[in-house]
Amino acid sequence: MTAILALALAEFRIGIRNRWLAIAVGLMMLFALVLSAAGSGPTGSLGVDRLSVTVASLTSLSVYLVPLMALLMSFDAVAGEVERGTLPLILTYPVSRAQLLAGKALAHLGILTLALVAGFGAAGGLAFALDGQAAQGLPALIRLTLSSVALGATFLGLGYAISARARRPSGAAGLAIGLWLVAVVLYDLGLLAAVVADNGGAFTLQVFPLTLLANPADAFRLYNLSASQATAAAAGVSAAAGAVPVLWSALSVALWPALAFALALISFRKVLP
Amino acid sequence: MTLKLQKLTKTYGGAKALDGVTFSVAPGERVALLGHNGAGKSTLMKIVLGLIPFDGGTVSVLGAAPGASRQGVAYLPENVAFHPALTGEEQIRLFLSVRGEPPRQARDLLARVGLHDAASRRIGTYSKGMRQRVGLAQALIGHPRLLILDEPTSGLDPVSRRDFYALLDGLSAEGASILLSSHALTEVEARTDRIVILSGGRLVAQGSMEGLRHEAGLPVALVVTPATGQGGCLATHLPQAERVGEKLVLSCPANQKLTNLARIAALGPKVADVDVIPPSLEDIYSHFSKRDGQ
Ligand SMILES: Nc1ncnc2c1ncn2[C@@H]1O[C@H](COP(=O)(O)OP(=O)(O)O)[C@@H](O)[C@H]1O
Ligand SMILES: [Mg+2]
Repeated sequence: MTAILALALAEFRIGIRNRWLAIAVGLMMLFALVLSAAGSGPTGSLGVDRLSVTVASLTSLSVYLVPLMALLMSFDAVAGEVERGTLPLILTYPVSRAQLLAGKALAHLGILTLALVAGFGAAGGLAFALDGQAAQGLPALIRLTLSSVALGATFLGLGYAISARARRPSGAAGLAIGLWLVAVVLYDLGLLAAVVADNGGAFTLQVFPLTLLANPADAFRLYNLSASQATAAAAGVSAAAGAVPVLWSALSVALWPALAFALALISFRKVLP
Repeated sequence: MTLKLQKLTKTYGGAKALDGVTFSVAPGERVALLGHNGAGKSTLMKIVLGLIPFDGGTVSVLGAAPGASRQGVAYLPENVAFHPALTGEEQIRLFLSVRGEPPRQARDLLARVGLHDAASRRIGTYSKGMRQRVGLAQALIGHPRLLILDEPTSGLDPVSRRDFYALLDGLSAEGASILLSSHALTEVEARTDRIVILSGGRLVAQGSMEGLRHEAGLPVALVVTPATGQGGCLATHLPQAERVGEKLVLSCPANQKLTNLARIAALGPKVADVDVIPPSLEDIYSHFSKRDGQ
């Protein structure tokens, strides 16, 4: 355990020195504040408190930004060590590869969590300042924060897996951007096309909800929308949100990090220094 | 035995990087692994450390399989590298923690390798020699029983190199075994107990410096400086000698050295001086290294 903490501390330091912490916190706060300020118009008319509306827009923000930040932080984790030549030495120390990965993950997840808390905290603070009813949206904000951390963990794990398989940082970076595009953009576009073509048939009713659960980004969105009172305020997959029980999407959000880390560990174990 | 290799074989896609290598290292023994670039030194070390698998033979490290008893084994990789954003002290503190040693020893360790003043600077600003010392400092953590050092003196200036070997003397006096590699025999001569020479993945010779010198059987050169005006006369007395400028060079097998010296001594005042030049270390090394026709 001390080994994991020491590894995490060193990795955290590196994260501070190459400005990752500052960039992540800055980005999250900027986008969160802009979104909560922009979403301030029509609240009263929907009969929903301001914070719930903010959470709905923050959910959309998280879906794009959290996987991106997680992948950018993780793609270099193994490939970078291979390229620098630092991997053989640490592998002769009495630590397992699982511990090495855990140390990195702890640090990266810590940075991501700080950024999320800062961004969502700022947005929440703004909502409270402007709306006396904002406390109603607090559970939704907490759910959003926790599930965003889980989403981050998932993409960190996937990033480590990519990093271990690519062996080179440049290749890993390309794969990471590719994964992000597929998971948060192309997947939804493909599903949309399929739903339109299917025109309300069996696919839309039976397969579509499952395909949403299979993608960690969609499961995350589904979970936050279906669990929250703000479903009405959200666009996009909200129709499907009603069709899938909250428990399922919650389960998908919670299981993906474990799956991603298992994948990362399997890939890392195959790396010969 | 601290380290025992038997018929160790490793192939990379058909090419043999190591071919039936057998030798062992006793507790407290310092063994130098010599060989040209690509001879298989680094490969052998990585196998001993359990970093890469091997194809044939047996390897026992501290009585266990490679990589099984990592607590007792330290490694200094060839061209050692560290994350440039960490300071020397932070890096060593990390290594100490991972080995389960108190991190506060970091400053002392860095002082032992002469890096005390640079301890709080980022490694990115270090020279190659300084990185090499950080690598050496981490290899000293926790009293290892076996040190595997891959070209440890590359990038060190002569003074640091001497300090480095002094450190090794201390370690082996405490009972640690040391396996270090080099591509130059001159570097390791006085400081190791035994020398193992690899060539093209095969062990071509092993033994003490004296043993190898003997086994090579290279000729000794006797350089005779004639007294003034006696050059021509001496040449007739020593017909086998070759004239090099003023001097006469007589090349003879090591076991005839004394006989020849006696002959020269018998010439009395005709001889101004005699030098005995044993085969150079590089001569001996090339003799073994090239014998197998690489
Ligand atoms: N990862 C690898 N893949 C293929 N061949 C390799 C690999 N590593 C080393 N070799 C080959 O194995 C041989 C021994 O290499 P190495 O152990 O690095 O030699 P040395 O350290 O003595 O210079 C060389 O011919 C080298 O090309
Ligand atoms: Mg080498």
